[in-house]
Amino acid sequence: MIIHCKDLRVFQFSLSFSKEEDAKKIFQGIVHHCLEPKSLRCLFAFSYCENTSYPEVQRKKQTVMFDSVEDWIQDMKRTKGNCRVVSENSNFELSPKLPQFFIVPSNVSDEDLTKYQGKGLPMWCWSHHSGCALFKTASIPLVQEDNVPQTYMEKMLTAVAHNHLYSVKTEDLSDTLPAVQDILLSYNKFKQFFLIDNTTEFWMSDMKWFSSLDNCGWLDIIRQCLQKAVEVVECLEKENTNVLIMEEGGSDLCCVVSSLVQLMLDPYYRTLLGFQSLVQKEWVAGGHAFLDRSNHLHLKDKAESQSPVFLLFLECVWQLQQQHGPAFQFSETYLTVLSDSVHVPVFTTFLFNNDSHRDNILRAESPHTQRSPLNCPTVWDWSVQFDCKAQDLFTNPLYSEKPKQDTSVRKSYRPKHLRQLSLPSSAFKTPPKKGFFKDEADNLKKILGVKRLSRWMLSPSSESPQTSSSVREFYEAWQTKPLDYHGLLLPCLDGPSIRVWMQRYLRWIHDVQILGGGPVAMLSKVSEILGEVQELQRQLDRHGCTLTSNHKGARPRAKTASVIAARSSVRLSSSFPFVTSRNWLFKPAIPTSLLQSLMVTGMAGNLADREDDGGGPESLV
Amino acid sequence: MASASIPVYNSSNNPLENSSSHNASRESLKMELLADCSLLPGEERIIDKDIIYICPFSGALKGKVFITNYRLYFKSADADPAVTLDVPLGAIGRVEKMGGASSRGENSYGLDITCKDMRNLRFALKQEGHSRRDIFDILFKYAFPLSHGLLLFAYLSQEKFEENGWSVYKPMEEFRRQGLPNDKWRVTFINANYELCDTYPTILVVPFKATEEDLRKVCTFRSRGRIPVLSWIHRENQAVICRCSQPLVGMSGKRNKDDERYLDLIREANGTAKLTIYDARPSVNAVANKATGGGYEGDDAYQNAELVFLDIHNIHVMRESLKKLKDIVYPNVEESHWLSSLESTHWLEHIKLVISGAIQVADKISGGNSVVVHCSDGWDRTAQLTSLAMLMLDSHYRTLRGFQVLLEKEWISFGHKFANRIGHGDKNHADQDRSPIFVQFIDCVWQMTKQFPTAFEFNERLLVTILDHLFSCRFGTFLFNCESARDTNELRSKTVSLWSLVNSDLSFYQNPFYTPESNRVLYPVASMRHLELWVTYYIRWNPRIRQQQQSPVEQRYIELLALRDEYLKKLEELQLSDSSPNSSHLSNSSTPNATSPTQHITHLHTPF
Repeated sequence: MIIHCKDLRVFQFSLSFSKEEDAKKIFQGIVHHCLEPKSLRCLFAFSYCENTSYPEVQRKKQTVMFDSVEDWIQDMKRTKGNCRVVSENSNFELSPKLPQFFIVPSNVSDEDLTKYQGKGLPMWCWSHHSGCALFKTASIPLVQEDNVPQTYMEKMLTAVAHNHLYSVKTEDLSDTLPAVQDILLSYNKFKQFFLIDNTTEFWMSDMKWFSSLDNCGWLDIIRQCLQKAVEVVECLEKENTNVLIMEEGGSDLCCVVSSLVQLMLDPYYRTLLGFQSLVQKEWVAGGHAFLDRSNHLHLKDKAESQSPVFLLFLECVWQLQQQHGPAFQFSETYLTVLSDSVHVPVFTTFLFNNDSHRDNILRAESPHTQRSPLNCPTVWDWSVQFDCKAQDLFTNPLYSEKPKQDTSVRKSYRPKHLRQLSLPSSAFKTPPKKGFFKDEADNLKKILGVKRLSRWMLSPSSESPQTSSSVREFYEAWQTKPLDYHGLLLPCLDGPSIRVWMQRYLRWIHDVQILGGGPVAMLSKVSEILGEVQELQRQLDRHGCTLTSNHKGARPRAKTASVIAARSSVRLSSSFPFVTSRNWLFKPAIPTSLLQSLMVTGMAGNLADREDDGGGPESLV
Repeated sequence: MASASIPVYNSSNNPLENSSSHNASRESLKMELLADCSLLPGEERIIDKDIIYICPFSGALKGKVFITNYRLYFKSADADPAVTLDVPLGAIGRVEKMGGASSRGENSYGLDITCKDMRNLRFALKQEGHSRRDIFDILFKYAFPLSHGLLLFAYLSQEKFEENGWSVYKPMEEFRRQGLPNDKWRVTFINANYELCDTYPTILVVPFKATEEDLRKVCTFRSRGRIPVLSWIHRENQAVICRCSQPLVGMSGKRNKDDERYLDLIREANGTAKLTIYDARPSVNAVANKATGGGYEGDDAYQNAELVFLDIHNIHVMRESLKKLKDIVYPNVEESHWLSSLESTHWLEHIKLVISGAIQVADKISGGNSVVVHCSDGWDRTAQLTSLAMLMLDSHYRTLRGFQVLLEKEWISFGHKFANRIGHGDKNHADQDRSPIFVQFIDCVWQMTKQFPTAFEFNERLLVTILDHLFSCRFGTFLFNCESARDTNELRSKTVSLWSLVNSDLSFYQNPFYTPESNRVLYPVASMRHLELWVTYYIRWNPRIRQQQQSPVEQRYIELLALRDEYLKKLEELQLSDSSPNSSHLSNSSTPNATSPTQHITHLHTPF
């Protein structure tokens, strides 16, 4: 029996010593619980939560959940946004598809809120310090005979434009990024490279590794998402234009792109809690259909809505983190663990399709009917899965913390620095200068609104070469500036820069584990020193205290002890912390099927047959 | 160096080099251009000229070029920030005229320069008055001095360093370090005058039981007289790595009793049941070599040996592979289907084969079996395999000085034909003898340092510096094909060693993460999953590839180290100022303390 896990582990069990009946039972049991369709209520989460008294955590110090008006208001204030907070949907009266609370441009009226079940409604994501903001929406399918949606859309666009300087750029992600089904297809091909059940097969595939990777297109999808995010960042940062991204449903690639944009622009989201809040805001509250996309229930009819969109996002984050390590407070391990947790059917975070769905189910399942909803842990309660020591591995030892005083001067300092980035704009009209009178602008708004809308109707594919070169220009201009880990971050999108997430994908494959090596060898040395430094700091602090009080106190000689500790670094493998040091085979993995390489001979033509230093008449033909 | 962002690894950015050449060229300081580029002692200005550099990244740039007997230096006049180029003439592989006096189009008349270090340069000049003739002639002459009866720059250089790099490698000392000679292996001076083999070093280690007469007999049966000699011995199990060239079996399948007996002596020396012979070539090629008098050790003739082919291709395949790689990375990185393009160059595939060959050698040795490694002549693939295996087996070679010894020993003294493979000072750019075998080896080393970031004392900068000066002809280290040629040309007395430069500024080449672990065998993973393109070498001219002075990890680590030292100092000061005279530090440290740093630290690397 061979079991392929979603976290890419492969187990092989021999059933030859078990009775046929038992074998059948085992097999069927696994199939029944893992692969057969079932109802949501049968998921482990519900039996788990009923039997576990789970203490309510004090929320204040934790991740912002975006399940209250205050959370949204706070986030908008933090970014100095100036939009309207909507709480009319707290009982899902407007639409079950909309979040309980959300923010729209201030020009959106009550009446607008009720139309088209929330489709076409621009949902605020984030405000740039210049005042322009990013919005996302579910696009309304355009009905031929009735142009009401179009006028509604126009109105909404105008509302977005009104948010800042009457400019808006729209981006229909359904047209420019791969569909969710394509993402699934690509990922399915991609993951096959890592579900290895025998060594020979592994080494056979090794020679064609790069082209196989290329052909499955997964890295290219990652690149496209990052590129789209950079385009949006460029609009916000360089053009100071409001941006409205849209797609059908508005909760897949919109989530990917909007979260990436915020990660690139806002250092807060690169902290651990900030990142978790971002996932809450854009994905959980944002209504990403986690249940359908991960198909926890193995429903046949939901099979086509399955797609690893959230994983795709994490992949993009990993690329950013690889390129700009010190900018992120969380580690690669954190991302890997988070990507695994999606498949653990315990956390409310990943069990539902949207707010109202969660609310309904949790209320219905509650043992105390009509009282409080069932209390389930979220994935952010990491202590459910890991002890403190393990959680230490979530923080990135490279993270360069922002100097304290910077937080206060951020507003005044950043724009100045970053505005130098501005290049002569080629693709877009420069936004009108500040200082327009209101009524003057109102006229302008109409003209602009129409203009932008027609732009939006155009097929964007016609301008894609232009945008990609403008993205490159934007990147190059950014690159020549000194790198500020607490400022704007852009990913390099060149071929060699987009890479495979080694830790996630190679961790279980024994043959490619580097014993005593891999990046972890370096990182563990960094955390070692970091620990020492922190300890010394503590000692110094304590020392300072004791000095002033009574000149007493323990003074361990730190130096020798710490030096010894640094020397005896534990030997880890590149798969750390996922594979613990068992009895290591001290045999190196020697690639088999090297004979395959003889194929090179054919390609290199007669060169391969020649003598190294022949050249003369005796050489072979 | 083609952009404003100055690639860190360009040799001339080494602060030491600048300082060492500080006294030079006082007379030419008048030139404004020279303010940016200090000449090396012995370097002389030949010509300067207004020119347009057609930069593939920032377009045509007006500026001034000046050429010395060592380098080509260009500085743009009006670009901001200024674009500079600093190319040692040794790195130039080919100079061609581009366009004619009557060609149309902007900047169509000029020079096209192909470099050996993965870049091409194009310069445009005014079409009137044969403006390029003088510069072309001078470049052609000074870039290829040997073709024009001139000396290589290494012979003109007057550089002085604190350290003398020529004393890094002393063969006897190195053998003694390995515990040689012993009762099984002896040192022979039979080649003292290069009479046995003119491409071998003078000091050789051979089986104790083999007489000088035996060696002479074996010599006749090995291609170019390169008999099996010891390269490395395992201290505990006494297994050895021997290197040689192919046996001269030929079509008729000749046998040589002396050679057979000699190999058996190698096997016998540590009592191994079977000697393993690694033939680096693909078996097809080994068979084909019989037609030209070569071949491999047949089963029937060498009863106590097993033969393994390692499928590594020849110098021509490697040359073409790197050429293809250059095509996809310079000037622009291939955009569509990057990975497929990379695969089609086969460069990393070749790297994989070389590394996995070396792993097999190292594994055999660790298991206590002696091995013999050869290819055809035993100076290309053989050198790659033995030196990589030694790097895996012996932590000494992973230190800064140990690595220098390894290169001096396995590559330089054993006659890797640097002069032919690189073509120092030679105009014949299409020479079929040229091949990037040594570059490939350094790439393999880089792959190992990538996989084991704490195991090597040296950093990437050292590897890039080595490759830069492989071409530059500034140092004598990589000149000539073998020791006999070096002696004839009095290389060691007339030129400076690269290691003089390196060892005078060791900290520049030090890896802060280095954690010495002796007796540890390193087995890299020879899978395409872990091999990656050495972007910071092959694509370093591209300004889009961010050249960081240090990797962020390294930077952070160094910061933390400094911080720790600062805190320790402070703490010690505090302790000194406030400790009572009779309290002993020793007793202090032994008293249990709940928050002693040792305990804190062990927590940090406890795995899941």
